Amino acid sequence: MNTIVNFLFAAIKAGTPLLFGTTGEILTQKSGNMNLGVEGLMYMGAFGGFLIAYKTDNLLLSLLAAALFGALGSLIYSFLVVTLKANQNVTGLSLTIFGTGFATFFGEMLIEGGSPKLSANMTTILSEKPLPVLGNIPFFGKVLFSHNIIVYLALVIAVIVWAYMRFTRPGMKLKAVGENPAAADAMGINVDLTKYVHTLIGGAICGVGGAYISLINGNGIWNNGCINGQGWISVALVIFASWSSAKAILGSLIFGAFTVFQVRANDFASEFAFLSFLSKIPNAIYVMLPFVITALVLIISSMKEGRSEQPASCGTNYYREER
Amino acid sequence: MNNKNKSKGFRIHVVKRPPLPAKKVTLFYILAIVAALAVGGVFILCLGVNPFAFFAKVFTGSLQSKMARIALMRIILPLFITSIGVSVAFKMRFWNVGAEGQFIMGAVFACWAAFTFDSLPRPVLLVLMAVAAIIGGGLFGMVCAYFKCRYNTNETLLTLMLNYIALYIVQLLRDGVWRDPAAGGFPKIAQLPENGWVYQLFSVDITWIIAIVLFVVAHIYFTKTKQGYEISVVGDSQNTARYAGMDVNKIITRTMFISSAICALAGMLQVAGDGTSHTLTTGIASGIGFTAIIVAWLGKLNPTGILSVSILFGILEKGCGVAKSTFMLSPAVADILQGIILFVILGFDFVITYKIVIDKNNKTDKKGAADEHNS
Amino acid sequence: MQNTNPQQQFAIELKGICKSFGTVKANDNIDLNVKFGEILALLGENGSGKTTLMNMLSGIYQPDGGEIYVDGNKVNIQNPEEARRLGIGMVHQHFKLVDVMTATDNITLSSKGGLFVKKGRYKEIEELSKKYAFTIDPQKLISQMSVSEKQTVEILKLIYNGAKILILDEPTAVLTPQETEKLFDILRNMKKEGCAIIIITHKLNEVMSISDRVTILHKGRSVATVDTEKTNPNELTELMVGHPMQLSIKREECTEGEDLLHVHHLTLENSDGAEVIKKLSFDLRGGEILGVAGVAGSGQKELCEAIAGLYPIKKGAVLYKDINIEGKTPREIIDLGISMSFIPEDRLGMGLAASLNIVDNMLLKTYRDNKGLFVDRESAEVLANKVVEELEIKTPDVHTPVRQLSGGNVQKVLLGREIEANPSVIITAYAVRGLDINSSYTIYDALNEQKKRGVGILFIGEDLDVMLELCDRIMVLCHGQCSGIVNAKETTKDYLGLLMTATVTEGADNE
Repeated sequence: MNTIVNFLFAAIKAGTPLLFGTTGEILTQKSGNMNLGVEGLMYMGAFGGFLIAYKTDNLLLSLLAAALFGALGSLIYSFLVVTLKANQNVTGLSLTIFGTGFATFFGEMLIEGGSPKLSANMTTILSEKPLPVLGNIPFFGKVLFSHNIIVYLALVIAVIVWAYMRFTRPGMKLKAVGENPAAADAMGINVDLTKYVHTLIGGAICGVGGAYISLINGNGIWNNGCINGQGWISVALVIFASWSSAKAILGSLIFGAFTVFQVRANDFASEFAFLSFLSKIPNAIYVMLPFVITALVLIISSMKEGRSEQPASCGTNYYREER
Repeated sequence: MNNKNKSKGFRIHVVKRPPLPAKKVTLFYILAIVAALAVGGVFILCLGVNPFAFFAKVFTGSLQSKMARIALMRIILPLFITSIGVSVAFKMRFWNVGAEGQFIMGAVFACWAAFTFDSLPRPVLLVLMAVAAIIGGGLFGMVCAYFKCRYNTNETLLTLMLNYIALYIVQLLRDGVWRDPAAGGFPKIAQLPENGWVYQLFSVDITWIIAIVLFVVAHIYFTKTKQGYEISVVGDSQNTARYAGMDVNKIITRTMFISSAICALAGMLQVAGDGTSHTLTTGIASGIGFTAIIVAWLGKLNPTGILSVSILFGILEKGCGVAKSTFMLSPAVADILQGIILFVILGFDFVITYKIVIDKNNKTDKKGAADEHNS
Repeated sequence: MQNTNPQQQFAIELKGICKSFGTVKANDNIDLNVKFGEILALLGENGSGKTTLMNMLSGIYQPDGGEIYVDGNKVNIQNPEEARRLGIGMVHQHFKLVDVMTATDNITLSSKGGLFVKKGRYKEIEELSKKYAFTIDPQKLISQMSVSEKQTVEILKLIYNGAKILILDEPTAVLTPQETEKLFDILRNMKKEGCAIIIITHKLNEVMSISDRVTILHKGRSVATVDTEKTNPNELTELMVGHPMQLSIKREECTEGEDLLHVHHLTLENSDGAEVIKKLSFDLRGGEILGVAGVAGSGQKELCEAIAGLYPIKKGAVLYKDINIEGKTPREIIDLGISMSFIPEDRLGMGLAASLNIVDNMLLKTYRDNKGLFVDRESAEVLANKVVEELEIKTPDVHTPVRQLSGGNVQKVLLGREIEANPSVIITAYAVRGLDINSSYTIYDALNEQKKRGVGILFIGEDLDVMLELCDRIMVLCHGQCSGIVNAKETTKDYLGLLMTATVTEGADNE
């Protein structure tokens, strides 16, 4: 039983940065921007968040800084793509190169100034502790309610984004912009502004996801290669979650489970005899699975009749005076 | 009714320009590179380094010694070949962002051939490795074309996923069947047998000859052949292609095979080459496939343009490597500079297609606006 | 928006509006005005700049010069939102609706409202549509609607937004005569309520029946504004074309040749499984022009594409002389030695490759004919130069991408290529759509020339007056069925109109 509890707990923990990245990218793609620069945004957020946490010892400021860095990265993207109408794929890839370089470069400067480690105070704030009352529930108390505080933030943001798109008029307008910017424009919706706002907020959310990785996963020490492809997994998860941040919650749990399974497979194998084969499966399979499954989801969903949930205009830029 | 009609003194709007003559476009791109270097220079200046000295070092540093020049070639050649591969698909507006994976798979299939037939004579084995890479890597990419044609699956996202699948296939092989027992517990794949090493000419891998051949062939293929013509028509409009009696699915599948086969060939040359010590690692591609997409795009999908951009990128990467030690900077400075330069050049495309019109004489009638508030 | 003395003030006044696209002057110093409680028809042939002008009122385009007054105040309409605030609403020719949303959401999203989507919005729209006697399901998705339903949604959107100045761009092009009448009734009602209405059209009878005044554009300039009561169709035509002209097309009298094309009990289904052509049978003879009339979307496009091998045939047969070409691809049809030319409706999206130059477009169907790996561009260039010369195509040179040519020249490139292939059957879909009158006549002449050569021509048209003069026989389609094939010399426009709605039917072909 403990194995399962620990496993699920670890899966949620590992899935949280993915949930941030995915939620941010969903918001971005819904506005019609296919931002392939999530990896870069997360790197920028990771660095910004860590730097401020290290310097100020204040979690709120740290997360705000991470959001700001993420938003800054997507501001570059939005300016190029929305205002200057540059190719989305190429701009996104460039952003990844830039963001990765940015974090590595300044991260190294940070390392040169003495090995950066978060204070004990900060580590305590970020530590995993059971919530009052809820944390005492058997099984669920440990799995769901004993996490570090940022995990709950990810959930709250995902739910807010979901509700925003489903129940609010700005959310509907966002959908209109992503589906048919010309129609949205004729309705009197400010297409460029909508794209900017949502891409920036999306980038900010990705940035916070990056900060989660540098603050939590790094055990308080800055690590240059910390994001290590999690931005790309987030892009994959957007497809897996079929552009819904509610489904992304479940999706991030599943993807998180794959990433921790490689470490936990032996626990399962030793606890349950019928699962002993698990320890024989190479690690590479576990890390590969999220991508295989996403590819399959992509293919299967395209086989189905009807249309995909992907916003129709995603990947193309809008120019009003196009004839 | 309260009418919030903003009465600005002038208005700005963006209009499409008539197509510019080729000379002017070239001039614009040179301007773009200068502007990009200027913005990058400001960044360098902020780090307390003289940008002129820095860029001078980047340029001289990448060409200063034979060693440096060889290293420069090692950067440019795989990038160029992969970019040509990418551009074949892009010409058809098939967004193959899976070059990274196709490159890796090319290396994997080449290794398979080398390990399996290691007793064959060197020329035979090399040809066999190339064929294995082309067929294996080509099919790996062609899968995406199949699903695109059959179910209209989004090719950008599918090829993107396959990149990671390819990467972890290498890890799987490294930890499993191809694990080098001689490495003493350290997970690595053994070096290729010497028969599988690419020949050298003038102490550089003959990859450069292949690149030159590819440059010429690609140019002819795009502009002179029937297949090249079909690619442009399908890229323009699939309906037109059908109307003309073309078998669109066949063309898409064939073109994607060629595109990924070229990327795979680059992978084969990489793993069998000097730069990787003839060894397959998970870092075999290390982003070449992604950079190639940017190179192909900035090179306007034209072999000459692609070659120029590849050289530019190569000099930047190699030169930054030299300059960073001279000026005591992190090697990541190359990535940041590359990012900045890319942003500026991408932004410059705007100036080529659009122009901004500022209309100063169109002041809103003050009196009219006031009347409106009164009503 | 209540104004104290609406009679004295113009709802809209345009002064000296200019707009260029690249080197093309779409609008050149245009003046126009319309009062509240008035319907203004904006008349002009294709390419005269009507839509461009109205797009500047709705904030889609920005003028390069000139002044716009709304309700007497000088304004600067930067975007559609600003136009909406000024009470201007436009129904575009290509509807601007979000397919994946319901009618109600498309209507209500354009207005101000609270943060949350309201529960009662469907009811609100249902009541609004009842008030104006529209029949529309407020919860229906746009993607499941017919064109006339979509148009209703667009109009409701304007009403919902409280637009007092309505612009409709060719609203009747997609409607049956009955639907047109219904639309006109609505517009007259709105006029009574004090709205200013601008209706863009090039159909003279509609101008005469609905408008109070007419402003005529010619080649991007406003040439005249006249009261409808004091004018007549002949005068309007003269103003529209720029010179007096007798609108008549000569009909070449040819001896009828052999039967070239038999279409037998043809049934076509679209991707949703709905029948778009139902048991259609007809023959096409050499040396005749067979017109196909019908309301837009009656199956014309699918019929053409099916004959050309581009649309799957559900049932029935298409015979060229005695060869069945049903189920054959365009390639296979060419390989059978059948020389059939199809000039599709979507010229740049199907007939030509827009980004390629004229030479490369000449090669489209013949690039395989020579041996070897390489394309033979030399003979294509000779052909391109010949076509450019013969049809007087205006282009810098034959290496110009066809995208940069004007609509008329694009059509000439397409027609030129197809005629040069020496076809025995020509299928043209809306051959003169979007063309000015001079270019149209070049096309009619070229078709007549082919007819004299003994070619059989299937002419899908939309202007009944033209078809009555040009065609030998006219087949009328209604909802994918043939409601009659009549002799063009012995029929009238009114009768064709009745056939178009299948109010009457002729013959037993479709039983």
